[in-house]
Amino acid sequence: MSETVRLVLCIIIIPNVVLTMAAGLIWLERRLLAVWQERYGPNRVGPFGLLQPAADAIKLLFKEDWIPPFADRPVFVLAPAIVMATGILTCAILPIAPGIGIVDDLNIGLLFFLAMSTMGAYSVVLAGWASNNKYSLLGGLRSAAQMLSYEVFMGLSLMGVVIMTGTFSLREIVEAQRDGWFFVPQFLGMMIFLMAGLAETHRMPFDLPEAEAELVAGFHTEYSSMKFGVFFIGEYAGVVVVSSLMTTLFFGGWLGPWLPPLVWFLLKTMFFICLFILLRATLARPRYDQLMALGWKVLLPLALLNVVVTGAIKLATTGGGV
Amino acid sequence: MPLHTDSTPDIGRRLSARFGKESITLQTTCDGLPTIWVPKERVIEVLRHLKTEVNAPFRMLYDLTAVDERLRKSRDQLPAADFTVVYHLMSLERNEDVRIKVALTGEYPSLPTATGIWPNADWYEREVWDMFGIRFDGHPNLRRILLPSTWEGHPLRKEHPSRATEMGPFTLSDEKQDAEQEALQFKPEEFGMKRKSANSDFMFLNLGPNHPGTHGVLRIALQLDGEEIVDAVPEIGFHHRGAEKMAERQTWHSYIPYTDRIDYLGGVMNNLPYLLAVEKLAGIEVPARAQMIRVMMCELFRLSSHLVWYGTFAQDIGSMSPVFYMFNDRERIFGIVEAVCGARMHPNWFRIGGVAEDLPRGWEKMISDFVAYLPKRLDDYSKILMKNRIFKARTVGVGAYTREEAIDWGVTGPGLRACGLDWDLRKKRPYCGYEQFEFEVPIAYGGDCYARAEVRVAEMRQSLRIVEQCLKNMPAGPYKADHPLTTPPDKERTMQDIETLITHFLSVSWGPVLPAGEVFAGVETTKGITGYYLTSDHGNHAYRARIRTPSFAHMQMVPLISRGLMVGDLLAILGSIDFVLADIDR
Repeated sequence: MSETVRLVLCIIIIPNVVLTMAAGLIWLERRLLAVWQERYGPNRVGPFGLLQPAADAIKLLFKEDWIPPFADRPVFVLAPAIVMATGILTCAILPIAPGIGIVDDLNIGLLFFLAMSTMGAYSVVLAGWASNNKYSLLGGLRSAAQMLSYEVFMGLSLMGVVIMTGTFSLREIVEAQRDGWFFVPQFLGMMIFLMAGLAETHRMPFDLPEAEAELVAGFHTEYSSMKFGVFFIGEYAGVVVVSSLMTTLFFGGWLGPWLPPLVWFLLKTMFFICLFILLRATLARPRYDQLMALGWKVLLPLALLNVVVTGAIKLATTGGGV
Repeated sequence: MPLHTDSTPDIGRRLSARFGKESITLQTTCDGLPTIWVPKERVIEVLRHLKTEVNAPFRMLYDLTAVDERLRKSRDQLPAADFTVVYHLMSLERNEDVRIKVALTGEYPSLPTATGIWPNADWYEREVWDMFGIRFDGHPNLRRILLPSTWEGHPLRKEHPSRATEMGPFTLSDEKQDAEQEALQFKPEEFGMKRKSANSDFMFLNLGPNHPGTHGVLRIALQLDGEEIVDAVPEIGFHHRGAEKMAERQTWHSYIPYTDRIDYLGGVMNNLPYLLAVEKLAGIEVPARAQMIRVMMCELFRLSSHLVWYGTFAQDIGSMSPVFYMFNDRERIFGIVEAVCGARMHPNWFRIGGVAEDLPRGWEKMISDFVAYLPKRLDDYSKILMKNRIFKARTVGVGAYTREEAIDWGVTGPGLRACGLDWDLRKKRPYCGYEQFEFEVPIAYGGDCYARAEVRVAEMRQSLRIVEQCLKNMPAGPYKADHPLTTPPDKERTMQDIETLITHFLSVSWGPVLPAGEVFAGVETTKGITGYYLTSDHGNHAYRARIRTPSFAHMQMVPLISRGLMVGDLLAILGSIDFVLADIDR
């Protein structure tokens, strides 16, 4: 297979797989939640209700795509586009397995991911702003504060890994884990990244921007039809991306015995996806200021500590040379 | 009704001594509650005296309502009045109540406001204004409370039609529509709010009447500075169905289903205070078996209501799963309720003099299975909620009030017990044979959302204890009283002797006719003390039925405890006070 064909195939398949997974996640999440909540979940459309996402998509497409007259029209339309675009763009750097990936050796892969996730924050803020609705505004406000603060130590939490490997390239980071996955030496970094990832994808318990008991639906209150669907898919795409990064950065990516690399990667990623869903089923939602306090007073110092300690050990063991 | 001046209860004598015999008139009522008429010029003085100056004072304004006396026939020797305003005061120290009445004359009379004495007089006086057109001079904000501001007339006045067919046909002209629309405009000033402070404009957020966090059609106008609540003003009445007016049309018997729907989570427990009042009036002794059946069903409904509260409270805090677990448990209770009563949420199952039917075969097994099943589940819930750190962070110290504030605002039920006061009518004034049961009254001390939750969670275990004791000690015997006013009467002899046949025919077709009089009965329901204050004019229906509900008092307190907190806290508070909109609006 020539290099070009491989690349074209990857470009077509990977984003589509991520998006399909995101849609499929809706089914998975609803079924898993149902299992944990003593009920059935969607089980009517297709075998085990598997076609539920398709039915949902058809329903959403046929619903009236209403833009409120009081909304800021261009921004209102742009907001869901951003979340989708950043979600798909991040797929480009996912090192799924050797030979499977779009931009194979992007030497700033990790930075690219951080950049995209920051961009994604705009989507929520703009949606909240453009809706011109007070609940949306509060949602956007919360989201802005939450993303800005969690962005900071999300980046910091990954610096430990970068220090250990001396690279931003995700493939090289995976390769560096042949002797041991980074979740052992970088346990603190992993935990902080997990929490920051939850906050970035605004999943429970960090779903304050859309806290339905308080803000109705938060930033996407005014969205209907497929624009709402795009936010939905965007959120799940975010879950897929963060889970696969957990896998890549701390759990050895595609590495693993017996099974083919692709399977390992998918298995590990699925594990984290299910963990995300389990957290949603389990936890309550902290208050907005408590979330901020946790971020700035606990997680940020811990992330800094992690960087300092990792750096010190690195210095001590390599004698200063990289 | 005869007046006794010799055998006056203690408090009446005191008042006569203090304010002079000429200004105090005493009335005896069949509920034995000291009932004292005072002239409207002196009422504020008397009330203040009772609240602050007597020993073991009457510190709680339990209820404030009015009666339109203009069509009442049996009111011999009572002071002349077109309207009466009734203050029901409660003293927790002496475990006694007193009823203060003010006779008013004239079409649209007025009297001084009591808001200076009790903060919770505010809403009650607004309700009396709304329903009767009685003005309270000096009230800070005498607006309609349950009805829309464009409503014409005051519905609990006797001349106001009680059904739409008695009114002219409805038309909506353009002008009227414009006026209605105009009336819906949000004007912060009407809610007593300013539009801006010295350095910022406030944001007004209209929370409800359709909002997932308000548990029903409740509107709260929020004045926000960022996400901080400057003021929160509840607007109620969206769920108002005129339950009190309906009582004036329905027979004593056919009104029972309406009571079911007051606190719609409390099921048959709503029937109880109404029927206790009716039975007191009729002089019916309910047989032991019927009483224990009533207790058992009430406690099952207390469990079911608390389970709904538990789940939805967790949901308000943002925890998604618990509500499903608790609704599953509640489903099991409904299984029992359905087997016993034939319906689930509104079984309409208690009757004057007993219950509708005997317990079905096999009820013991259903109850014992359930009693064995629930405790383990409650343990789990404590682990996932009450001991959860996020849950605690959201509830501890949030929405706290002191014991004094609680009494001042008329808080009863778990909300009061969360302030460290073991005030439970089941213990303090046992009814239905509660004195035979072994159970504790759980209390907590924080007065905050968490304390209220603690009390309810502990109460569920006590309810289980009571249900278990009912199972073990259910007496044999009839399930309704052998009394001519028992409705429907025992059918056994209906076809044998003419007297029973006539009674049966009358009470079924015409409805039982109760003796004239006034009566109050209060019951410790799921949300607090629900009281029915019935006035009978020797008819087959109530002349006036006042339903005093706990949720009304509790909702009035929300602004006090939510100022300065954040929007998320408000939802926690709403969840923790456990109100039902129908219980507020009736």
